[in-house]
Amino acid sequence: MTPVLSVRGLSVDYLGQGGAARAVDSVSFDLSSGEFLAVVGESGCGKSTLLFAIARLLSPPAELAGGSVTFRGINMVAMSDKQLRALRWSALSVVMQSAMNALNPVTSIGAQFADSMRAHGERDKRKIRARSEEVLRMVGIDPVHLRSYPHQLSGGMRQRAMIAMALLFSPELILMDEPTSALDVVAQRSLMVQVKQLQAQLGFAVIFVTHDMSLVSHFSDRVLVMYAGQVVESQATQRLFEAPLHPYTQGLLDAFPSVRGPKAVLEGIPGSPPDLSRLPAGCNFSPRCPKVMPACLEEGPGLRNVGEAEVRCLLYAKQVPGRRPAAPAGEEALRA
Amino acid sequence: MRFVLRRLGFFLLTLWACLTINFVLPRLMPGNPAIAMMARYKGKLNGTALKALEIAFGVNSNESALRQYFSYLGNTLSGHFGTSLTFFPEQVSKVVFSALPWTLGLVGVTTVLAFAVGTLVGVGSAWRRNGAFDSLLPPLFVILGAFPYFFLAMLALLLFAVTLHWFPQGFGYSGTDTVSFTWHFVADVLRHAVLPGLTILVTSVGGWVLTMRNNMISVLAEDYVRMARAKGLSPARIMFNYAGRNAVLPNLTGFAMSLGFVVSGAILVEYVFDYPGVGYMLLQAVENEDYALMQTLFLFITVAVLVAVLVMDFVTIVLDPRTRVQA
Amino acid sequence: MATAAAEQRPVPFAGELWQRAKGGTLGRLLKAVMSNRKATAGLVILLAFSFLALFPGVVAHDNPNAEVYPPSLGPSAAHLLGTTAYGQDLFAQLVYSTRQSMFIAVVAGGLATVLSVAVGVSAAYLGGLADDVLSLVTDVFLVLPAFPLVVVIAAYSKNGGDSILIAVLVVTGWSYGARQLRVQALSLRNRDFLVAARLRGERSWRVIFSELLPTMTSLIVAIFLGTTIYSVITAAGLQFVGLGNPETLSWGTMLYWAQNNEALQAGSPLWAIMPGVCIALLGAGFALLQYAFDEVSNPALRPVRRRRRR
Repeated sequence: MTPVLSVRGLSVDYLGQGGAARAVDSVSFDLSSGEFLAVVGESGCGKSTLLFAIARLLSPPAELAGGSVTFRGINMVAMSDKQLRALRWSALSVVMQSAMNALNPVTSIGAQFADSMRAHGERDKRKIRARSEEVLRMVGIDPVHLRSYPHQLSGGMRQRAMIAMALLFSPELILMDEPTSALDVVAQRSLMVQVKQLQAQLGFAVIFVTHDMSLVSHFSDRVLVMYAGQVVESQATQRLFEAPLHPYTQGLLDAFPSVRGPKAVLEGIPGSPPDLSRLPAGCNFSPRCPKVMPACLEEGPGLRNVGEAEVRCLLYAKQVPGRRPAAPAGEEALRA
Repeated sequence: MRFVLRRLGFFLLTLWACLTINFVLPRLMPGNPAIAMMARYKGKLNGTALKALEIAFGVNSNESALRQYFSYLGNTLSGHFGTSLTFFPEQVSKVVFSALPWTLGLVGVTTVLAFAVGTLVGVGSAWRRNGAFDSLLPPLFVILGAFPYFFLAMLALLLFAVTLHWFPQGFGYSGTDTVSFTWHFVADVLRHAVLPGLTILVTSVGGWVLTMRNNMISVLAEDYVRMARAKGLSPARIMFNYAGRNAVLPNLTGFAMSLGFVVSGAILVEYVFDYPGVGYMLLQAVENEDYALMQTLFLFITVAVLVAVLVMDFVTIVLDPRTRVQA
Repeated sequence: MATAAAEQRPVPFAGELWQRAKGGTLGRLLKAVMSNRKATAGLVILLAFSFLALFPGVVAHDNPNAEVYPPSLGPSAAHLLGTTAYGQDLFAQLVYSTRQSMFIAVVAGGLATVLSVAVGVSAAYLGGLADDVLSLVTDVFLVLPAFPLVVVIAAYSKNGGDSILIAVLVVTGWSYGARQLRVQALSLRNRDFLVAARLRGERSWRVIFSELLPTMTSLIVAIFLGTTIYSVITAAGLQFVGLGNPETLSWGTMLYWAQNNEALQAGSPLWAIMPGVCIALLGAGFALLQYAFDEVSNPALRPVRRRRRR
């Protein structure tokens, strides 16, 4: 089945006084219809930037530096503004982190719903109203709130209103940027359950950016782990949690306690994420990696297949089929 | 409702401050300057009118300052502002009302125009950050804004009136005509108003462009603007409905505050052009030590500014639903 | 303080001083100013005027007050800008007037800024009733139209001299800055480093001066510059209508005399124009510097430069 979304080699640079910092480095992945893909990583790893790059919502100083984003067979990077606008919201919508910031504070919810419908050619007031009420009901909000202003709703309601807005045209793909970060745990869960229900009902695919591994484990089909702008691991969720391959992923999982199970000592990952304008030579993760080898400091590893997963780590250099078994892990493995 | 009451309270408080300043100032100055002025009324005015003036300025009055204060307040609030020395024996109120429409027309129209033009240019300038538009205009307006109003007025007078003879050299209308509403008269008035109006417009528009541009730039970085792009809205709609509407809000309150500066500039512009408005009259009053007229003009100017502030507050309430919550 | 040793190697010593100066706050400020074209232009203008104010005799050789020359001459080699209707050399007048104009502007601006900081920051820091009262006072002064008030006060105290002029400028000019400072101080008030200082038990004054104010430096400087512009223009306006002391030597009074003698119409336009140009230039100098300070404190306002595609 052709994937809904196909990203190849997508790169984004942030232009600054001292040159460019690569926030997203050559990311590639496929997304199938109805799939729930989680993108995880620490703050500053480039996951939100990746999302906006896919939706072509970057603003200066961020700039698309290369790659392609193929949606429904057309390359979005090559599209003109006009073509993009027709696509926006009808086929692909976005849910942002803070609804308080993402909703226009001076117009009512209903007016903002109507805005997007009118932008796509719907002029009939009654139809607009009917659809707006329908999507609000889908997320469990009383349609009377179409008249309300954003500051009059609670945090959870605002977030759900944003999701309702994203559903207006029953898009094929919804991009979500940490939509639950601003909510308390209970509201978080309730929101996620609702999203999954809607997904089952309407069949859209989701790319879900978050730093919260627990949400990932419960709700996603596949996970993309990012570090310093690169994808370091990509696997089906279940297998990722059972057997994480990349040392960074292992560190992430170790840092999250489980409510059940034996008490374990929590371990964080020492150090902090690198300055993107001054990346280390070799593997980006090498300064903090507990399993670092001398070869890691020399050249950055590429993304390799390990079974059904993809990993960016020299530990798995020997496991690529068809390679000479490497003796001491080192330059030889790299040159294979 | 609470918001409305608060603003009305502020209006009254400032009004009171203005009246009190008028009362206290002449008494504060060494050798009450009003004494000399009062001497010019002697023999020309007697009875209650004279007494009222004496109370207002603290001359020859045997009553305590506090009693004078309340009598003065009573007189003023009931519209008895005294008799003008400059235009003797006209009542101050009559004289003021004859000048008021000229200034309201000139300043009112040009300020609204400057605000409208400045806002639009500011929005456009922020929208296209990379153009020549944005790198040239701000410094240009910064420099223009540093020009004293009256200097531009003098330049305009020199260039357009004296040298080129395109516009008349001063006054509100040609001296020989009488005030009437004929088309001829109105056209004459407009011709006389062009240079003063343009001067005020040019000096004040810069401020609006700059603040609007700065506001727009902050607003354009907000998430809801990005969201609007994500929804596929047209650039025009985003610029006006999402960005513009939010960016203009701080300017609305600023508009009223800046009126003080506009009024100051207008006074000097009127002076340069001999334009028969409130500002020109204020300076005439000062020259003639006509303190009763001077104080009343100050009062009316303050009231005009306060009214504008109130109007802007209500416009803000209409445009920004968040303020209604506080109300 | 140069010792013999230092005199023998003057350049390295100066170099060391320069290194130390570059590192300090002044150095950082200077660096920010130098990298911004607008600021550099403004600074150059101000430095030029400061020089004229301090050493007018170096540039203009005539006595500005001497009414010895033939009146209303046009520009010539002997009189760069011609003479006034009273036979004074115009250029000399212009140069010597710099001192008074700059003095009033800077003193009034400085005092008003101090008052703004005192009221604005106190209101934000003290909060509660004190804040309400101070804010109310600020708002009232803000709304009262400044120039009419200035005119009224000046009218009662005719020929009161510079001190009255400065006092009037300060009274009408402090409120705008106070408002802005209050807003910023409010937003900083609950930042962690201030809460930490309070928890450490530091007294309010210390917290305000050593922790809060330093972070507000760029805003305070911007306000000082703005108030100075206001003072320059308003003082000139007052003097222009004859409410300053007409005997003093300043650009505003020059304009007053020019207007009185109908210089524009009578064919000596330079007399009417040049003082105005100077006022505008001085104001522009301050304004450019202020605009640059806005950009320094808010990087989003800086000009966007397009990167050339490789």
